[in-house]
Amino acid sequence: MPDVRLVNVTKKFGKIVAVNNVSLHVHDKEYFSLLGPSGCGKTTLLRLIAGLIQPDEGEIYIGDRLVNDVPPEDRDIGFVFQTFALFPHMNAWDNVVYGPRVKGFHVEKAETIGHEVLEMVRLHERLDAFPNELSGGMMQRIAVARALAAGAELLLLDEPLGQLDAKVRNELRYEIRRMVRDLDLTAMHVTHDQSEAMAISDRIAVMKKGKILQVGTPKELYMKPKSIFVAHFIGESNFLEGYVLSINSEGTVIELRGGIRVKSAEKNWKEGERVVLAIRPETFFVEKGVKKNKNSILGIVERVTFEGTNIRYEVRLKNQDLVVVIKPSMIGEWLNIGEKVTVSFPPEKAPVFAYPEVGLREEISVE
Amino acid sequence: MPKLKIAEALDKLSSNTAVKNTVYIISIVIFFAFILLPPILGIIIKWGTMQDVLSEPKLMSEALNAIAASFAVAFFVSFIDVVAGVPMAWMIARGKSKWLSVLDTFSDIPFIVPTATLGYSLLLFWSDQSRGLSSLFGNPLVSPGWLLVILLHFTFSYPVIVRVMVGALLDYKLEYEQASRTLGAAPLTAARTVTFPILKPSMIASFILAFARSISETGATMMVAGAFINGPIFIKNHLGQDGPLVFVSFILIALSSMIFITIRLLGPKLKMPISKVWPTVERKLSSSAVAGSRNGLTLLIFLVLVLIPSLFVALPALEAIFTGTFSEALAGAGAWGEYWQSIFLTYSLGVLVTLVNVVIGLPMAILVARRKFGQLSSVMLDVLVNIPLIVPSVALGVSLAIFWKENFAFIPEIWLLIFAHLAITYPYFVRSMSAAVERINIELEEAARTLGAKPFRVFRTIVFPLTKYSMLSGAVMVFTRSVSETGATMVVSNLITAPVLLVNWVNSEVPTVTLGLGCGFLILFSFIILLVLRLVVRGRGIY
Ligand SMILES: Nc1ncnc2c1ncn2[C@@H]1O[C@H](COP(=O)(O)OP(=O)(O)O)[C@@H](O)[C@H]1O
Ligand SMILES: [Mg+2]
Repeated sequence: MPDVRLVNVTKKFGKIVAVNNVSLHVHDKEYFSLLGPSGCGKTTLLRLIAGLIQPDEGEIYIGDRLVNDVPPEDRDIGFVFQTFALFPHMNAWDNVVYGPRVKGFHVEKAETIGHEVLEMVRLHERLDAFPNELSGGMMQRIAVARALAAGAELLLLDEPLGQLDAKVRNELRYEIRRMVRDLDLTAMHVTHDQSEAMAISDRIAVMKKGKILQVGTPKELYMKPKSIFVAHFIGESNFLEGYVLSINSEGTVIELRGGIRVKSAEKNWKEGERVVLAIRPETFFVEKGVKKNKNSILGIVERVTFEGTNIRYEVRLKNQDLVVVIKPSMIGEWLNIGEKVTVSFPPEKAPVFAYPEVGLREEISVE
Repeated sequence: MPKLKIAEALDKLSSNTAVKNTVYIISIVIFFAFILLPPILGIIIKWGTMQDVLSEPKLMSEALNAIAASFAVAFFVSFIDVVAGVPMAWMIARGKSKWLSVLDTFSDIPFIVPTATLGYSLLLFWSDQSRGLSSLFGNPLVSPGWLLVILLHFTFSYPVIVRVMVGALLDYKLEYEQASRTLGAAPLTAARTVTFPILKPSMIASFILAFARSISETGATMMVAGAFINGPIFIKNHLGQDGPLVFVSFILIALSSMIFITIRLLGPKLKMPISKVWPTVERKLSSSAVAGSRNGLTLLIFLVLVLIPSLFVALPALEAIFTGTFSEALAGAGAWGEYWQSIFLTYSLGVLVTLVNVVIGLPMAILVARRKFGQLSSVMLDVLVNIPLIVPSVALGVSLAIFWKENFAFIPEIWLLIFAHLAITYPYFVRSMSAAVERINIELEEAARTLGAKPFRVFRTIVFPLTKYSMLSGAVMVFTRSVSETGATMVVSNLITAPVLLVNWVNSEVPTVTLGLGCGFLILFSFIILLVLRLVVRGRGIY
């Protein structure tokens, strides 16, 4: 029953707090992703779970076992390294059966497992190849095969697709997902690519500067971000700054820059509070000309980018804020640069956040 | 800004292919004309005198025995060195304690103690009945002879292994070992099946270095050998007769080269036994109790066999401070006049040889590392450059002297001395520099070129800053090697350097206190110079 539990785990490197008081519960047989910008501590967290480094504070449980003092070889895990770390002096086969061998499996059993996992990653014909003779995609599959062959039920993957080109990356992520499901494993997958995390995860933890900001299903994170950073990092958001003008039974009236008034369905705010409204680009409704809808703002189309599936408009609002609006390219009429438009949004799809103390720019920076 | 002007002019010149190739070709020519060929030609000139030995069975069997003794000691010592040195390197590279950097520095001490001094220090420690360990027992614990030679060779080649392996372990990508651990391997299994097989080239390189050092060392060996005779001592005993010299030199050079090439060729094919694993046993052996006792044993060996014997000579040197000897020495009274002269000669020679090495060795290092003239010529140059390393210094000195004296009798002795030291130290510099240049990602140089830098400017702004530390350590090796060189120095000229003087003092039974102080000064000066150099080039050059 490999669920993973972290209780108040902290890890420092000198002055840098790489993992800051993190608590987390990854359920049995869950595909769980750690998502965040590079340098936020994802790898460190994964290495703590693997036992490659020790926490300064806190407890780590795998199943019911407190593993703080258990060395990596006794944690019964599979680890896929970002750079694969295939042993350069062994061929693909020897890499794959390394785990069964060092665990003292019977030779025949080790070989059976080796064949099984190689079958699974469809690399049977390259048994004799050394790592430097394999392509990136092949190395990646061997790395996964090697981790699986050790027979662990908990698979830790550190940006396993980071070194591959886009096409291969997209194929392999579903392949890994399928194998994990077929084998009934628990997986923790580290990535900085939100679309990758969204595509394959049961749940995702969003990290920033050593802390976990929010844990949830992809849908929850997208629909109900709990912070400006999550709203920014998962998908895309337009941020409009303003002050709370009044609160009534329908929600909150917010005055944006330039005296524009808009409504959000949220209620628990106080008059005069400085806030930020987060609106997804596809939430906006755009029409040509001047229209008087709920929550409508006038603006001028400044840039049009055709992206294939979608068409992306940058609209300069009359208060000089710039917003991004995305529309399906095959539906409706396109707008042109310089065109006067009215953008509007439904109050229930406009979450409100307190204006961050550090400033908006700093809050959403991924540095 | 005349200095900048010169640099700019050189930058411009360097983009001219003809100029660039001329520099490289000159460095090759110098290498052949002054370093590689003279010792070889020296032997060839006197080839005929070998008959003197071949026709005298007794002399020949003596010579062959001496050679066999050389190789036996070298093999044995290098092997033991690896066994004892690798755990030490592991402890330094992997340990977490702050004290390890102290240990790291201490493990270099036998490096800076000139070998002749080291020999005397060991002699005092192991067999002097009034001072060393032996004073506890009343009779010499280890009398001069083969055992003391082995102890000596172990002491001076041990730091070579530690240095090379610490560097290799620090460069090593830890992820391989971690991958092995996550797959279920115990620490010992991970080290045995993954880390050391990957570091095999460094282990072989360190073995070769230790081997070469043992085969070629002369000065210190002479002090502790007693009745034991190896190749270099045999040569020294028969100075003046060409036959024995040529015979022994030739066989030593030929055999060493063969061994060197064999190890180079077969080394990469050598497979470590990694497919068999004993999980339970290796797990037990990985326990912290075992690791602790291994570290303890490693430290003990280091202290008792390396550090204390190396520094033991400081004891009589301290004694000298409290007797009249110290003021006599400072005043240059009696034998001390000659001593200070020899010190001056030793260090001037060391500095000169180091500077010349930088100038002539650098283009060669780049040539070897960057394969400027193709893969094959680089590999060949690499092998040739290393030949002087494996030639016993006495043999090298003898053949060198023959070559220059036979053909260019007008050359002053000091020149011969310089040539001999150059030949002996050149491989050290080229080796460490070419390895350092090779470690620089070539894309960095290419990036600089695409940004508009001329080749010499790329060197000044990219290669040099990135290899500064290696250049320093190469220079340090050259310098210390030159300062402690004894064998070749003795035979090429009558000029007396400090190590030669110390050997003479030992043979003429100068009082221990005087000798100790003589050794003490030498260590002190070398230590100060190295310390200053370290301060000049800060940082450890990890890029
Ligand atoms: N071994 C280490 N020594 C010092 N600092 C480290 C070490 N490993 C990571 N860090 C620092 O910890 C922070 C988190 O790093 P990491 O976990 O690798 O981030 P991520 O994987 O999210 O990109 C970074 O600031 C990084 O520089
Ligand atoms: Mg990372």
